[in-house]
Amino acid sequence: MALNHVAGKNKGKIMLYALSTCGWCKKTKGLLNELGVEYDYTDVDLLKGAEQEAVIKEITKYNPDCNFPTMVINSQKCIIGFKEDDIREALK
Amino acid sequence: MADITPAEIDRLYEKLDKEAASAGYNLNPEKAMTRELLNGLLMNQQRYGYPSCPCRLASGKKEADLDIICPCDYRDPDLEDFGACYCSLYVSKGVAEGKEKARSIPERRPSRDKRLKVKEEKKEATISSLPLPVWRCKVCGYLCAREVPPGVCPICKAGKERFERFI
Repeated sequence: MALNHVAGKNKGKIMLYALSTCGWCKKTKGLLNELGVEYDYTDVDLLKGAEQEAVIKEITKYNPDCNFPTMVINSQKCIIGFKEDDIREALK
Repeated sequence: MADITPAEIDRLYEKLDKEAASAGYNLNPEKAMTRELLNGLLMNQQRYGYPSCPCRLASGKKEADLDIICPCDYRDPDLEDFGACYCSLYVSKGVAEGKEKARSIPERRPSRDKRLKVKEEKKEATISSLPLPVWRCKVCGYLCAREVPPGVCPICKAGKERFERFI
């Protein structure tokens, strides 16, 4: 999977599944940048075929509806949507 | 794929704003967000050939994505329940006037597995087994089949209270 890495403070392993066209995903990236945390993201709409299918399967493990943005922290905690308060709380 | 130009976004903004106003809908007053979403719609138009919701993953097959072509099938119930549609391009009057704020809302669209199942189970509807009630605008006779009547009649702009259940 094509992962984009953003450098910053280590607050655990943050993985953001997003869409390049989505306004809420953009706001989520903006918030993570503002918080200055280290994270990886992938824009699932830019992936093709089998690669996209594999990522959808991976997201479904945490979020059966597979909607965006889906943020997974330390392969455990999952935050769906641009939930600003939840994200700030989880990354304190 | 060519990048979308600001002029293209301007043109779509003006068109949708006019249409929304004349049909009793409102675009998100947060201009930066609205422009971002319009950019996404134009991008999807370019990529897939139809303007699917910028905040949902399109399959690339139009038939499978009809329900998420903007304005999506879920816009009006989401406006009713949350004051904004899923991507927040369309908002309620309260949000448009700045009394409430649009936020990220739950996904109403059934998951891919469920959508496929519903398609298989779909039977032909008869008058006695209509899946939705039919509402009639008492002012202009506009008919629509949905859970609740629209907030404003899209034809004559009469309010919700002017609708009666027709079937």
